[in-house]
Amino acid sequence: MQRGVSYWVMAPLRWLARMADVPLRAWQRLTGQGGMIALFLLPNMAIFTVFVLVPLVMNALYSTTGGVEFFLADRPYIGSDHYQRLLDCGSYLDPLSCRDDMFWTAVWNTARFVIFQVGSIILVAMITALILNRAIPAKAFWRAVFFFPVLLSPVVVGLIWKWILQRQGLANLGMVELGLEPVNWLTERFWAFVAAVGVSVWAHMGFYTLILLAGLQAIPRDLYEAAEMDGTPPFRVFYRITLPLLMPNLLVVLVLALIRAVQIFDEAYVLTGGGPGTSTMFITQYIYEVGFANLLRNPGLAAAASILMAGVLVVLTLIQLWLSQRAGKR
Amino acid sequence: MAEPTGGETLMRWLVARRGKTGDGRGWHWTDIATWIWLIGGTILMFGPALWLVLSSFKTPAGLAEFPPTLLPYTQQTVQVDGAEKPLFTVTLEDGSEKTMAELRRVGIVAQMVDPDAPEDEVLRVNISERTPIREVRFALENYTQPFLQFDFLLYLRNSVFVTLMATLITLLTNSMAAFALSKYDFRGRNAVMLLIIATLMVPLSVILVPLYSVVSATGLLNSLWGVILPTVATPTGVFLLRQYMLTIPDELLDAARMDHASEWQIYWRIVLPLAAPALAVLAIFSVVWRWNDFLWPLVVLSRKELYTLQIGLNTYAGELNVQWHFILAMTVVAMIPVVLVFVFLQRFITAGIAGTGLK
Repeated sequence: MQRGVSYWVMAPLRWLARMADVPLRAWQRLTGQGGMIALFLLPNMAIFTVFVLVPLVMNALYSTTGGVEFFLADRPYIGSDHYQRLLDCGSYLDPLSCRDDMFWTAVWNTARFVIFQVGSIILVAMITALILNRAIPAKAFWRAVFFFPVLLSPVVVGLIWKWILQRQGLANLGMVELGLEPVNWLTERFWAFVAAVGVSVWAHMGFYTLILLAGLQAIPRDLYEAAEMDGTPPFRVFYRITLPLLMPNLLVVLVLALIRAVQIFDEAYVLTGGGPGTSTMFITQYIYEVGFANLLRNPGLAAAASILMAGVLVVLTLIQLWLSQRAGKR
Repeated sequence: MAEPTGGETLMRWLVARRGKTGDGRGWHWTDIATWIWLIGGTILMFGPALWLVLSSFKTPAGLAEFPPTLLPYTQQTVQVDGAEKPLFTVTLEDGSEKTMAELRRVGIVAQMVDPDAPEDEVLRVNISERTPIREVRFALENYTQPFLQFDFLLYLRNSVFVTLMATLITLLTNSMAAFALSKYDFRGRNAVMLLIIATLMVPLSVILVPLYSVVSATGLLNSLWGVILPTVATPTGVFLLRQYMLTIPDELLDAARMDHASEWQIYWRIVLPLAAPALAVLAIFSVVWRWNDFLWPLVVLSRKELYTLQIGLNTYAGELNVQWHFILAMTVVAMIPVVLVFVFLQRFITAGIAGTGLK
């Protein structure tokens, strides 16, 4: 008998499942349904507990202990020193006046990044979603075009753009062709930051476009037909129908994009390595460097910084849950 | 009405967007803006990746060239006295052109010789009087050499192992938990759900330090399992599968129980096959997530032979002597699985995202 690939993948799995059934049936007889529930939950919950819940609790302990050791028992309790160090600032607006100037540089870089990245993403994703919602041919193809970079790994994204933005790269060829001066995209503070924002928008906007598109397609057509009968100008149609009805999706997109942007690390790290200087050093990189770099290793400080960051994320997530719940009720 | 011509049909197709408003005839300025956006977007979204692929076939000399060419060119060479010499077209003093090989170059003067008659006199030519003869050649050695020279194959194997194992375990454990949370009523169910939803918000970067120490305490440091295990109990997966399993009617399960099926059999033979669409979406996502992971493997793996592709690539790119011709080729290889997923499963992914907001 001819057998396909899926048979050879599934057959051993089926056999294993059948073998597993014998002891499991005995267990079910012994403990009843309650025992089975426990058994079904066990693998996931065990892994979840060990690798998510325990670290969450430990994070708090780490942030109140000092030293360079990773083993918690070797770390002396120092109270809120790390938090005091992180929050000790002459002026919060000026990183250089802070005791931990690197942290505040990272904070302000991240804040700036979040504002520009999320702003551009929403603008670009919104326009793209509106365009993809029109009666254009080959819709699935265009949707896929804008979605493609979302699947690429941050390392690949970073390297692609590093290759294009380098001194003798394609981007500068374009600049020269346009009669402009070539730009040191990755070695000038200002342009490196612009590149980090732009590359990250390129890599993620397709994801938000899809969510907005789904929202646009859920708006009933007869509303538009009615507006058209009344001869409503297109701009007012957008302002009075599309925007209000899309608002729940737009807010979810906004908060999701914010949550992601706060955690920016990979693409920027591959693209610029945080540099030049500290111009593209973001909070996650700060946590990584302070937690693991041999020279300035201070796991407690990194943990304290991550707890401060988690505070921001918790607030954002609560807003998001609340919004999506409200959107679900509508 | 006459049959529309091909051109007319095409025009109508292109402006068809006005659908419900216009009659599909004539261009509105919004049509033009739409097509500019779509075509410009295509160039901007696909262009960089395409440029990477084209560049990956260039030789180091071709890569260093400015302005860069679209296709990979290399200079033709010829054997002169047992050595490879580059070929040029030389403009002679009388204005005629001749194909010659360069023996050596001193400052701005090149010593050229006719490759067909190398015994003839050596011509001294100003280097501005000659242009290299080039041909399109794909530098496949960019792809073959990393496999032999570096630990590239090792990295590839590590990445495949991590991706496959993590996806299998994710699917199994998440579906079991989702089954328990959707098909049984028990005390504490809501508490478990709440816990899972609450941790949806915990990104890895927040628990980086303690997670490292947990992994180190369990002896998984510098092991691929240390990369795999922390990622498999994803709350997103449990949440997605549970929402899907809630739509499977309980009557099916009760009928199976009447036939003395064990709970495990109900899970394995009824619920899992019925949840196949949701499992497929999660599987695709898990593959993409794990293949692309960077920060966590970077922290856990410090032994070079355990590096995944993404870490290995970044290490190469960070080394002082950036060998772009190898890096570009390896980046293309790292892109291949994702491009395959994209080409074959893009419909499911986009539907999955639009429906669940998952990434």
